[in-house]
Formats: sequence, structure tokens, C-alpha cells
Amino acid sequence: MCGTCGCGPEVTTEATRRVALEIDLLAKNDDRAVANRRWLADNDVLAVNLMSSPGSGKTTLLERTIRDLGDHLSCAVLEGDQETLLDAERIGATGAPVVQINTGAGCHLDAEMVADGVRRLAPERGSVLFVENVGNLVCPALFDLGEAARVVIMSVTEGADKPLKYPHMFRTADLMLVNKVDLLPHVEFDVAHCVAHARRARPDVEVLEVSATRGDGLGAWYDWLRHRRITGAGRGRTFS
Amino acid sequence: MHELSITQSVVDAVTERMCDARIRRIRLEVGRCSGLVPDAVRFCFELVAAGTTCEGAALEIDEPPGRATCRACGDGFDTAEVLPLCGCGSADVAVEGGRELRIREVEVV
Repeated sequence: MCGTCGCGPEVTTEATRRVALEIDLLAKNDDRAVANRRWLADNDVLAVNLMSSPGSGKTTLLERTIRDLGDHLSCAVLEGDQETLLDAERIGATGAPVVQINTGAGCHLDAEMVADGVRRLAPERGSVLFVENVGNLVCPALFDLGEAARVVIMSVTEGADKPLKYPHMFRTADLMLVNKVDLLPHVEFDVAHCVAHARRARPDVEVLEVSATRGDGLGAWYDWLRHRRITGAGRGRTFS
Repeated sequence: MHELSITQSVVDAVTERMCDARIRRIRLEVGRCSGLVPDAVRFCFELVAAGTTCEGAALEIDEPPGRATCRACGDGFDTAEVLPLCGCGSADVAVEGGRELRIREVEVV
């Protein structure tokens, strides 16, 4: 309604009030991750979050790792994929306990999914719990799962500049595995460049070159796991 | 598209905290180095707010930049990059802030 003469439609103004909330958007996930981390530490389970783009060789690396270490180190696996039980079936064939988490439309695992998976899997004391995240270098980076360590896997068939293109992922990695090094003679991939890029994202990231199929470098990967198993099950998150 | 689940968490948190109050406006803070794309949040918001007390609410997003300090030349500058380069060419740059992901306030009837 016109304020001068009163013409025009009547406008009603409703009274509103402002309420300050100051709620962290990731608070719910982070609270759940803290609870996961506490449970894992209390039960002496080392949780390792494996992240990469699709096709970097995560599942092949896990199959080989479990087959090589299975007699000496108890391993269990949470498999994250949008659909299918295919990876869980591959891991199940190694004899390791495995639970498949299908995220459906979701592009990452979150702490609640992992809490549910751990309840179903019930990993034994002194074990290593591998959490194979959904193949994706973007979304999983933001979600703390309660893990003790983050491992990012890169294969030499990808671009060596990926750490610069996906800095959120690489800045949270404790270890970068450069996989498929058996293919280096056939591809243009500069390992030194890739490592330098990863260290821009996280200066103290550890790096190991491996081939999950031919076996190169796996001894160092197993040493890393054993060392973390001894020192790191109760470790807090090292990224922010 | 992690924005979908994070936007869902915005609506969940607001409806939980504000009970039945009708929400007219939500103000978020999404830092430029946070890894969240504000336009994707806006796109998702209409979908996840439908049928809740947040339906029809205006969504305002503040986007604070990160503050970078070059360890080589000492220069300081605002940035939206997680791994910025300094004007002097150095990549040895410390970034603070810009990672904010918060619901600041709401306006309710």
C-alpha cells in the first residue's frame, strides 16, 4: 500500500526474528568420526582409509596385501561403492572378513556409514581395517571417517599433475602410493613431478612406488602397515 | 556432489534446532578454500528443503577468502586457491582461513 495516500494493495509484513546458530556443517559427521576413532582405539583396530580415482588399483592392491600378509596380520575390509557387491566378492575370495557399503547416489563414505559397517564387521583386536572409499578424488576428502591414516593411491596411467588438480584430497594424505609402476616404460609419467606436486599439497606426505600386480615395492608398503599397526591404532587425525 | 549431503545436513540442523518455526532466511559461511561449491549448494537447497520448514527460505552464502602468506618474500594476499602461488613465483605459501563451513544464522517467523 502506498505510504503517502494509501492507494494500492495492502501489504502485510510479518514479524521475523534472527537467531544466531553458528553450527559447523560437518559437525554431525565429525562427532560420529570421533566416536568411531575412540571405538577403534579402544579395540586396538588400525583403520586405514584408502582413496583414489576409479581404476587406480585399490581392490587389486587389497587382494594382494591380504594374501601376502594374511597369515601374520589380521585384515578386514569395508568396501565402499555406489552399487554392486563385486569388490566385496573379490575380497571375500581372499578369506578376509568384508562388508560392502553401497552408497547409492552418494559419492563418498561418511562416518555414519563406517560406524554401521564396523558394527556389522566386528573387526578383531589387533587387526587392520581397510576402508576402501568410493573411487573419487573430490568428495571423500571432506569426510573424516575416524581413520588413523589416509592413503591416496595414484596410478601411473593417470596424470602426474593430479595432486595439484585435487588438492583437497592430497593435502589430507599421510601416504601416497604410486601404483602400476610396472607400466612406467609404456606411459609418459614423471614420478618426481608427481611427488613434488603431492608435497606442495602436503609437505610431509610419505610416498611409495608399487605395482600391485607385479609386486614391486610391496615390501615397503607392508612395512609401513606393520609400523602403523604397532604405533598408530590410537592415533588422532593428522589433517584438518 | 558432496554438496547434496552437506546441504541435507544444513536443512537437518536448522529444522532440528528451530523445531516448527517457519524459516525465512538461512545465512551460511562457505570459505573459498573449503572444497564446497556455493552454486551447487544453492542448486541442492531447493530440493532438500521441499516439504520442510525451510521450504521457500532465502539462502545467503558468505564466501570468505583464505589469507595467504608467502614464506619466500613475506607478501600477504587473499586467495581462493588451496595451493596458491605467490606473485614472486614461490609455491611455499601458508594459507589460513577460507575453510569455513558454518550455518551462521537463520531468520524465522
